Amino acid sequence: MQTKPRLYPLLLKTTLLLVLFNFAFPLLSGLPLGKLSLYNKVFPGRERFPFGENQRGYNLSLFDLDAMFAAHILVGTPKSDDEFRVLLIGDSSVWGTLLTPEQNLAGQLNSQNISACEKNVRAYNLGYPYISLLQELMILDEALQYQPDMIVWLTTLESFPKEKQFGAPLVANSPERVKQLITNYQLPLDPNDPALNHPTTLNQTFVSRRKDLANLIRLQLYGVPWSATGIDQFYPESYEPAQTDFEADDSFYDIKKSEPLRDQLSLEILDAGLNATDLPMILVNEPILISDGANSDIRYNFFYPRWAYDEYRVMLAEYTSSRNQPYLDLWNLVPNDEFTNSGVHLTPFGESLLAEQVGDAIQNFCE
Amino acid sequence: MGLTQILASILTILLVAILTRGTSRVLSLLALSVLAVFWFQPAVPLRSFDFWIPSLTILLVVAVWFITSQTGAWKSRQNLIGLAVIAGAITLVGLTRYIFPDPIITTTTPPRLILVIGFIIIAGISIAAFTFLSRRLAFTVTLAIILLLAILLILKSPILSLQLSIFLRELTGRSTDTASALDFRWLGFSYISFRLIHVLRDKQTGRLPELSLPEFATYVVFFPSLSAGPIDRAERFATDLRKDFALTQDETLQAGQRIVIGLFKKFVIADALALMALNDTLATQVRYTGWMWIILYAYTFQIYFDFSGYTDIAIGIARLVGIKLPENFTSPYTKPNLTQFWNSWHITLTQWIRSYFFNPFNRWIRGYKIPTWTMLLLGQLSTMLLIGLWHGVTFNFILWGIWHGLGLFIQNRWSDFAKKRFVISNPRLQTALNVGGILLTFHFVALGWVFFALSEPTLSWHVIKMLFGVAIPSPFGRGLG
Repeated sequence: MQTKPRLYPLLLKTTLLLVLFNFAFPLLSGLPLGKLSLYNKVFPGRERFPFGENQRGYNLSLFDLDAMFAAHILVGTPKSDDEFRVLLIGDSSVWGTLLTPEQNLAGQLNSQNISACEKNVRAYNLGYPYISLLQELMILDEALQYQPDMIVWLTTLESFPKEKQFGAPLVANSPERVKQLITNYQLPLDPNDPALNHPTTLNQTFVSRRKDLANLIRLQLYGVPWSATGIDQFYPESYEPAQTDFEADDSFYDIKKSEPLRDQLSLEILDAGLNATDLPMILVNEPILISDGANSDIRYNFFYPRWAYDEYRVMLAEYTSSRNQPYLDLWNLVPNDEFTNSGVHLTPFGESLLAEQVGDAIQNFCE
Repeated sequence: MGLTQILASILTILLVAILTRGTSRVLSLLALSVLAVFWFQPAVPLRSFDFWIPSLTILLVVAVWFITSQTGAWKSRQNLIGLAVIAGAITLVGLTRYIFPDPIITTTTPPRLILVIGFIIIAGISIAAFTFLSRRLAFTVTLAIILLLAILLILKSPILSLQLSIFLRELTGRSTDTASALDFRWLGFSYISFRLIHVLRDKQTGRLPELSLPEFATYVVFFPSLSAGPIDRAERFATDLRKDFALTQDETLQAGQRIVIGLFKKFVIADALALMALNDTLATQVRYTGWMWIILYAYTFQIYFDFSGYTDIAIGIARLVGIKLPENFTSPYTKPNLTQFWNSWHITLTQWIRSYFFNPFNRWIRGYKIPTWTMLLLGQLSTMLLIGLWHGVTFNFILWGIWHGLGLFIQNRWSDFAKKRFVISNPRLQTALNVGGILLTFHFVALGWVFFALSEPTLSWHVIKMLFGVAIPSPFGRGLG
């Protein structure tokens, strides 16, 4: 016989179960929930990592590398015998801010239909906005399991300052991965740095993690509009062009002109990345805006005073030459009217210039 | 209503249910409902209008009560207390300006107290004058109905709303450059006006029972059903309100269950579907026919779960004080024909339109010697057009109304035709026909949502063509350069 539930016992049991579930949730923290994904199964994988804060772009930022990779087309694409798999590592300029997947570097390389080592080159966009070498190393470290034939690492001085390394939200919210990177690559970084969001039992409860979980679900739901439209970014009708007039200010972070620049940059992270694999790797110093506005004799652009950037270029040339590292210095490749809203974001034409150079380098590497 | 407002509504109504009985319960519900009219009102770019619009709502409610009540009814103790509660609640909202540094009931700081008191006095004088006239002039009730319909027309018509916004901006010395049709958002007016018109029409036809001011005003602005219905009937609502109700464990459980179901429908299912549901932007971006269907299905279910979720929440909250609001949805997407769909979709609106338009219209048109099918066509089309216009005076809602009007007519004619010619005795065939009917009705309704969801008929036409594979994706500007 079915008995009617009674109010107070029901409320008590429900509350107890909720509390229990909430505080037992941290026990699941070891489970890689982010790897559960509908992408590459129900929906096509994304051409680039999920990133964005605008609902109209059918995309969102989340700080779960597992979920980011699980949503990426790289994970769901079996490598064929004739594929020459090239992974592009870098920042927002590689990710392609304001550019469609076809217009960014990976898209343009793929549309060139080039071959290398007698195979068809297929480039994968593993760029991610926010500039930090440690973030790029984190992505590279994870990406190596997906059978690349070559890595192209595009970088710029802004990624190098020591103080920037833990600043990227993806890094700050992945303390365990950072710890692993520090151990595996013997990086001179502090795994207990306060900039890293170390988990406590309280902030691992279901209530505390509800936003992370909601973001994981939201990412799956955005799979429908992504599949239907191929759009993964909100494209505003207009944008503020990159700044070309500056104050007479030659500072670059807290870096002192009097001390060698090399000592103030995280070159050891670049080192770690270049040593992470025996695969061929091309390092690219990405194009920057060389402005011609007010005080452009002091600054190249919003990011860089001339003295720091010039010194960086000399340093990087010496560094790559000393270790026979294939290197392309493309800093002045793109005319300044081919930048969009930042000193490193290119127009489709700017990207095509870059793709031509990078494409040639990939082809020449095997020859 | 957001989650905070829903939670606050549940808690306050629980307190009312536990702490009050009889008249004090009615007065408590009245005070809370008046305050809710102010609290639920969304922000309006015109200064202090988030205070004045709810004040106008209350003014209309009180004025209609005066018109429809017996002469001198306001002098009774109960009604005088009701008036005091209403005036007190409005004054309290006005006083928050001086008590709290930030607005807590309205979205912006209420106007100065002198203006609030001035408003109450002018409102009182206006109501007295209008009531005085209404006792002498027979057409006052009709005039009130026309006034309500005129306000509804202005609010629902983007062109008229824009003109109103420009007028108000000029009046208040603000720039008209940024005037928008959305400036004058009047929370719940679609429902409030239909409740008031129902009362006024019933007064005209002599069917309206006597209601006290607290009963009447609580009925019209009852806060659980303020923003999304259902549209109850005054006499039914008053019967529940007058009952000696004590909240039992069983009632609490049933109400709680209904609220939880509603919350799940609205904030889990509908809000999730909203991320992928058909809208103006997606309509131009979708590249494949199959995905267009999925996006249309997402909208079809989103609108149902959103609306029926809110209804469940309203019904559940009302139940905590013994008010059994009428059902608004009874599994509409599982109905085998369009007539049954409309008997189970937004039921209270359909019943309202049937009572106050369709039936009188049919009685009127029967006076003309025209063929039955023409009468039926005119009746169905005009009724569905009216339902469309209730949602908005725009082409897309007109098309949606015509779509359903024609659909109902065709279905009616087909049923009539088939009933006379086909007798189905095979139960399997009957089941198959039923399933076919459900699928056909569902898809007919889903295709109708294309007109409802999109602001431009050309966009709707593009989507319809794409759904049937006869359109290439519309060009859209992705990326720059």
